[in-house]
This record gives sequence, C-alpha cells and structure tokens, in this order.
Amino acid sequence: MNREEITVKLTDVFRNVFDDEKIELSDSTTADDIEAWDSLEHISLIAAVEKAFKMRFTMREVSGMKNVGEMIDILMQRAK
Amino acid sequence: MLTELTPPFDGTKILQDKKKLLRILKERENEAIKLKIAVLGGSTTSDIIKVLELFLRQRGIVPEFYESEYAQYYNDAVFGNDELSSFKPELIFIHTTVRNIESFPEILENREEANTKLNSEFSRFEHMWTALSDRFGCPIIQNNFELPYYRLMGNREAGCSYGKIDFITRLNCKFYDYSETHKNFYINDINYVSASYGLEKWSQPRYWHLYKYAMNLDAIPDFAFNLSRIICSIMGRNKKLLALDLDNTLWGGVIGDDGQSGIEIGSETSEGQTFSAVQEYLKEHKKLGVLLTVCSKNDRENALLGLNHPDGILKPEDFACIKANWNEKCLNLEETAQELNLLPESIVFVDDNPAEREIVRAQLPEAAVVDFDSPEECIKALDRLGFFEVTTLSKDDAQRNEMYRANAERASLEKKFSNYGEFLKSLEMKAQILDFDEIHIPRITQLTNKSNQFNLTTKRYTQSEMEDCAKDSAYIRLCGRLCDKFGDNGIVSIVIGRKDNEKLHIELWLMSCRVLKRDMELAMLDELVKLAKGQGITEIVGYYYPTKKNSMVKDLYEKFGFDKLSDDNGSTVWRLQTADYEYKNKVISVNEE
Repeated sequence: MNREEITVKLTDVFRNVFDDEKIELSDSTTADDIEAWDSLEHISLIAAVEKAFKMRFTMREVSGMKNVGEMIDILMQRAK
Repeated sequence: MLTELTPPFDGTKILQDKKKLLRILKERENEAIKLKIAVLGGSTTSDIIKVLELFLRQRGIVPEFYESEYAQYYNDAVFGNDELSSFKPELIFIHTTVRNIESFPEILENREEANTKLNSEFSRFEHMWTALSDRFGCPIIQNNFELPYYRLMGNREAGCSYGKIDFITRLNCKFYDYSETHKNFYINDINYVSASYGLEKWSQPRYWHLYKYAMNLDAIPDFAFNLSRIICSIMGRNKKLLALDLDNTLWGGVIGDDGQSGIEIGSETSEGQTFSAVQEYLKEHKKLGVLLTVCSKNDRENALLGLNHPDGILKPEDFACIKANWNEKCLNLEETAQELNLLPESIVFVDDNPAEREIVRAQLPEAAVVDFDSPEECIKALDRLGFFEVTTLSKDDAQRNEMYRANAERASLEKKFSNYGEFLKSLEMKAQILDFDEIHIPRITQLTNKSNQFNLTTKRYTQSEMEDCAKDSAYIRLCGRLCDKFGDNGIVSIVIGRKDNEKLHIELWLMSCRVLKRDMELAMLDELVKLAKGQGITEIVGYYYPTKKNSMVKDLYEKFGFDKLSDDNGSTVWRLQTADYEYKNKVISVNEE
C-alpha cells in the first residue's frame, strides 16, 4: 500500500472509532484536532488500527507517536 | 437483539464500534429501568464501563456510572468520598484482579505463614464490603481472581503453601464462603471467563504496561457480558420460558416418519447420547423455575409418542404447555405466551432448523432465538447466552412448572362449569395476605422487578430498598399468597401504600399473571382497606402509569370503585373513601387456619 491508500484506509478507521464521518486526516493531525480523541479513546484507536492493518505496534511506538504522519510511517513499513 | 452483542463476540469489533452501537441502542430504546452503578476499579475500567453499558441497554437497563479514579477502589470503598456519596449507587461493582493481590507467600513459607497472608488479604476485601454495605446497602458484585499468566514453579504452583495458584484458589474459596452467607453479594466469576476465553489470550501484559488494563482489550466484551448477566438477573430481566422444537432438537430423527423406536435418544448411540445430554440440560432448567414448552410442527399424538420414549428424560408432564400442530411457529409462540400469561419477550426459542429460527426472528422479534449448527452445540449455544442467570433461587422457582401445569388443570375444570363464580368456588381457594416478612423479601423483590403486565406503577426496587420499606412504619404492605385444591401458587401479589396523614398513596400494586381472573385482586383490596381503616386512613389514592405492557390494568381502579381524580396523558389518579367501602371478595378464604 502506498501512503495515499494507507491514509484513505486509516481515515475510515478513525471515522469508525470516533463515530464521526467528517474526520479528514493529514500527516500533521494530532489528538488536539479531533475532539473525542483522548487518552482513553487512544487505546481503542490503536487496537482498531492494529486490526485493520493486521499489525502490532510495539509498546514504544504506542507511547511515542506524535501525529498521524508518524503512524502512517510505521504502517508503510509493517501494514499487511 | 443486536447480533454484534450476542455471544460469541468479535471483541475488537465491539470495542471499535461501541459508539455506533450505543447510538443504535439509544434510538431503539423505549421503556427501560434506570440504574446507578458505582465501578470501583483496581485497574483501568473505562472501556469495561462503555461495553457494559451496551449489554445493559440491550436488555432494557439504562445505567449511569460512577467510576473511581484509577485504582482507588479501596479508598473509595473504605473511606468514601463526596462524589460517591452524592451519586448514591444502587449497585456497586468492585473490579479487582490478580494484579491487586498485595502479597503472595514467599518461597518456602509454610502453610501457617501462607494462611496469615491469606487472612490479611481477605480481611482487606471484607472491610470494603462491610463499609460499602453499611453505607449504601445495595447489591455488591465482586470479581473473584483469575489465574496468573505464568507459573514460576510450574505445576507445583498448585497444591503447595507458597504456590500462587494455591493461594488464589484458597482466596477465591474465602470469597465464595462470604457470598454464601451474605445477601446482596455476588461473585463475578472472572476466573471462569478468563479460562473460557483462554488464559493465554486473556493475559496480554502489554495492555497492563501500556494502559493498566488487567486483561486483553479484546476480552473486555466477554468480561462485560458476564457481568451484565448478573446485573440483568438482579434487575429481574431474565427470560422465563424455553420453547423447544422436537425433531432433531430433543431427539434425532423425525417421529412422524421414524416412529418411537426409530428416533435417537438414550445411551445406545452417540447421536442418542447427544440428545440425552440436551434433554438433561433442559430438565435441569425446570428446577431453576424456567418454564419448558414444546413448539413443534407435528401431530400432537406423535409429539407425545416421542416424549414418552422409554429412554427420554423429558416427559410430557415436564412441559407447561405443548404446542404440536402445523401452524406457523410464531403463532404457536404467541399463543403459548398468552396461555401462560407471559410476554413474548420472556421466550427463548430453541430449534435446529435455521429457517424456522429466521421466521421467528422476523415475525416475533421480542423473542430470543438460539443459533447452533449441530445438536452437540446446542447446550453451549444456549448456555453462553446467559438468559437464565441465577442470583436468587426460591422454592417458588423450583415449583413454577408445577404451578403452570396446575393452571392447565384448572382450565379444564373451568370448562365443566357454566357459571364462572361456581368454578371459582370449586377451586377452594385460600389466601394468606400479610405484611412482608424478612424471609420473603428476595421473592417479593424478584416479583416486583419482573412484573410488567398487572402492575399499576411499574416501580422497581432493589432488595435493600425493599428491606428498608419493610421496616418503615410509614408504609402499609401486603404480600399475598394463593393456594387452591390444585396446589400452591406461591407469592403472587404485592401492594405497598405510603401513609400521609389520613391518606394512603398506593405506590405499588402488582400481581402475577398466573392468577388472573381468580378475584385475588379483590381479596388484596379488602385486606388493604381493612388495614387502612384500622390505622385511621379515610382515603386511598391509586395511581396508574401507562407503559407498553400494562394496559390490562388501566381500568383496575375504576373496577374497584375508585373515583377518577385526574388524567394526564393516560396517567391517572384515583380515590376511594374507605368509609363507604363494601368488601368484595366472596370466593377466597383469607388468613384462616
């Protein structure tokens, strides 16, 4: 999958988790941009992304990702 | 029922879609019981609460939650806080796990030393339970402990004074002893749920280290569902009746084609054994007070032939009602519900034929339908739905099938009388109508929370609220039990009136539908008026609040001879002057012998 395809698929996951069809993602999107994205929802988000892309983030990655761009970087390498 | 929320679950999907599911459930909601639940956690509880809410709403309970700050379960329980006190929980759930055990025995510590630790761990929990129960007096649900995900010494962890498995098992037993001797205290069996989920999958330390969840996130729905079963049962949301198909459900083969000797049941063949196991499992339900009925496309005579198979475990007399004919099953189910005076939502339908299941699902959506692919899967499929979770069990429960069968005998007697009054007299009915007594409080609460049809106010009570009411001299209470020559119906009617100077406000008036049209309500009214007069009450005020299910009693107070005071969109208020009251019951002898 290229970056664009991953972004499209990831947007779907975000829309599902936050139950908000209006969400648009860019590399610089962070938790501050999405109202419902708090530390607890972050947990569901990570689980949903892992399931959708059939991969696992390491514990270091979960706590280290700063924005959607960094998440996509990891997915580029490991998504199946 | 949403299929996503029916076991077996896709845990990840439920967590992912929980907001959407909540939205759908909120849209569907009509009449629901509200319940304030305090969740005191020893680990993160956020998603547990969200998923629990889905399962509760699906069964008609709308929860409001208090959630303790992270891992503050002990402080909240023992020392309390203002937020919790003003929240006034109606149910408390203590979510502790093996992560919250403070000290395990050290290697080589002997049994005596291990017991000291065991006792101190236990008393920490006991303090919480006592403190909570003193403060709130509401039901408490406590997790037992799941097994740890590693075994330092391997198998020796069990059966050795310093083994962790040994310690946990003993601690669990102490919890069970406590629960056996304390009402309103329930064990949430996390040990079973984790085993059934698979301990290996259950224990994902990453979720502990990342988010302080004590279990795999994907296991949360299984866990929350198990917990919801207890809450639904406490709140009287259990199903009441199993409607069973016959051919290839209770036995192998088709009785109409194969004949009695051709069907498979009994220990001779593996298929026969499978069906015997199913019949045995179903028969056990009878002892729990679940009604068994037949819903089969068969000639009645053939159905009885099959049920009289010498190796069969379920016999015709085990069923409260047998519908064996060629009508659509949904019609038969509706008739069964009507005859037994139950609502279609109390039915669980078991049939091996997926087409029949789909029709019932579409035509009678209130009924629950069990899905299974082959007869040996039937028990598992039915069991994991948790519709018959037992939290209290009374003698009345165990006898319920007999009571309904006696009703069928009454019905056939009724046909012999042309005059209904003569029929009622021939029943030789005797009632006991008395104040609440402590030993009957669980049954009174259970009946109160599950009665929907003959229920004027549909007010619900927790057991502790009922206990408080029973002690309060501001109330006049009646608990009615009815017997006749066919048997004892047990406790069937409850009335609670609140005294207000010379007035008595009827806050609760309900009756079990299995004694409809027996004049029991008149006997109750007579007793109420008698007691009220004795306490100087001149005016009894009755209230009717309409719901989707209680239209059968909308004119009850009118029939009793009350005057209507007001009508606000169907909610009516009624008044009776006790001075002019004429006693009405002529067929039941009350409080004699």
